[in-house]
Amino acid sequence: MLIIDALLQGLLIGLLFALVALGLTIIFGVMDIVNFAHGEFLMLGMYAVYWTNYFLNIDPLLALPVSAALGVILGLASYYLLISYLLRGPAIAQLFGTFGLMLFLQYLAMFLFSADYRMIERGFLVGKSISFGPFVFEATKLAAGVLSLISFAVVYYFLYKTKLGKALQATAINKEAATYMGIKTEKMNAIAWAIGGGTVGIAGGLLVNFYYAYPMVGILFVMIAFACVALGGFGSVKGVFFAGLLIGVLEMIFPVFGHLVGSDFLGPHFKFTVVYLAYFIIVVVRPQGLFGWKN
Amino acid sequence: MLKVNEIEVRLSGIPVIHNISLEVKKGELVTVVGSNGAGKSTLLKTIAGTLHPTKGTITFENREIHRLSTPDIVKLGITYIPEARLIFGPLTVEDNLELGAFIVDDKNEVKKNLDFVYQLFPRLKERRTQISGTLSGGEQQMLAIGRGLMSNPKLLMLDEPSLGLMPKLVDEMLDAVSKLRDMGKTILLVEQNVFESLQIADRGYVIQTGKTIKEGKGSELLASEEIKKAFLGL
Ligand SMILES: Nc1ncnc2c1ncn2[C@@H]1O[C@H](COP(=O)(O)OP(=O)(O)O)[C@@H](O)[C@H]1O
Ligand SMILES: [Mg+2]
Repeated sequence: MLIIDALLQGLLIGLLFALVALGLTIIFGVMDIVNFAHGEFLMLGMYAVYWTNYFLNIDPLLALPVSAALGVILGLASYYLLISYLLRGPAIAQLFGTFGLMLFLQYLAMFLFSADYRMIERGFLVGKSISFGPFVFEATKLAAGVLSLISFAVVYYFLYKTKLGKALQATAINKEAATYMGIKTEKMNAIAWAIGGGTVGIAGGLLVNFYYAYPMVGILFVMIAFACVALGGFGSVKGVFFAGLLIGVLEMIFPVFGHLVGSDFLGPHFKFTVVYLAYFIIVVVRPQGLFGWKN
Repeated sequence: MLKVNEIEVRLSGIPVIHNISLEVKKGELVTVVGSNGAGKSTLLKTIAGTLHPTKGTITFENREIHRLSTPDIVKLGITYIPEARLIFGPLTVEDNLELGAFIVDDKNEVKKNLDFVYQLFPRLKERRTQISGTLSGGEQQMLAIGRGLMSNPKLLMLDEPSLGLMPKLVDEMLDAVSKLRDMGKTILLVEQNVFESLQIADRGYVIQTGKTIKEGKGSELLASEEIKKAFLGL
């Protein structure tokens, strides 16, 4: 029973992990750029909902569009004001560029919001729980899982069923060939950053319902997102979905094992060791990831 | 329709095309032949806007195009089918074809062009849901050509469609090209298969190390001693 409960909780948090990682894998897939500032987009998405709720007294769920819009703006601004210039330089410049953006946004948040830990206190779902038979879920986590899934599904539909989405895929597969179809690379890059920022903004807005916002919060989640991207196969959207679920489940189930065998050694602090161990094993055994087609 | 006037093109600073001029008139099948490394692909990529000339001009329907980007040139009605084919391997055959019609907004026209391509290459219709990376070399070439036709371009540029194909497929591919011309398409074909392509072409240009060394009607070039000497070693 404990295991099944952990499995379900893991799947819920895994859906959120997948949404956090989605933008990272899309940007990587389209541009071969690792956005180190991705976690900071998440952090700012968390603050966006937090402050909207705090000052305007709007329910955190209704404030989600604010974090989504902020994410899109951050993505587009990063692309047009920074990345598009860095593209002219060597690949290492892009690495340092997004790393610099990460530091800048962290210290900007520190300056604007201080290092205090902040979490939503007033909200329709906050503090409530919902039970299905023997299983009890925190309402905020359930909502985060479900809305993550919906957001993911919308992006998936866009990528695989619409003309513009297929053009984005074409650019990810082969930029040069895509230009021969009349597809503009810069426009696709901008769309990738807009989706990347928007989805991680939403994820931040969901996360702040049950997790503290603070200027360095991005690091923890972006590390998990990196593991999802590598596990799923760099640039693979399906891959990052299943990798998110897998990591969510691993993270929840291992502490339960530890509890069952009465071992402190396998306690909660061990869970991320397992996550990153799984990451190493898959990267070594199958470097292209679970669903990767990029080499 | 297309006029290339005395262009020079450099790759990494080195002139690869020194001085090439050519013209393609509406409805013509023009071929540019030359051996490996002569600069044929560089020429087509320059017309397609992937490279830009350092000297000279390129005009299409009396409009200068040599400073435009590739997507803008595609919108004007020129498509380029690259030598390496560059199909979108992880996508299905039909997704590839639909991407070929990216600049076409009218759904009915996309459907019409799709029917046209399936008629030209029935094999593609049989394989429409197959992941295109798993097609054979010949089928991938058909897909590359079909994808290039999906926007119903005014000018189709083909870069060595017969490259790497079995002799039987080479003939099949060049037959398809001359069939397209008979249907009224304007085509600029680049080939190393000098004789086969001159046979189907209205006019031809022979290039060597980035310069035009001879031009004329396909049949005249075929009869020329110079060509025989250069390409058959006679
Ligand atoms: N990046 C480059 N820098 C310098 N020279 C190049 C480059 N790429 C190709 N070349 C040279 O340009 C010449 C023409 O190449 P290409 O247009 O591909 O010839 P073709 O298509 O006729 O075989 C070749 O001699 C090739 O070695
Ligand atoms: Mg070539």
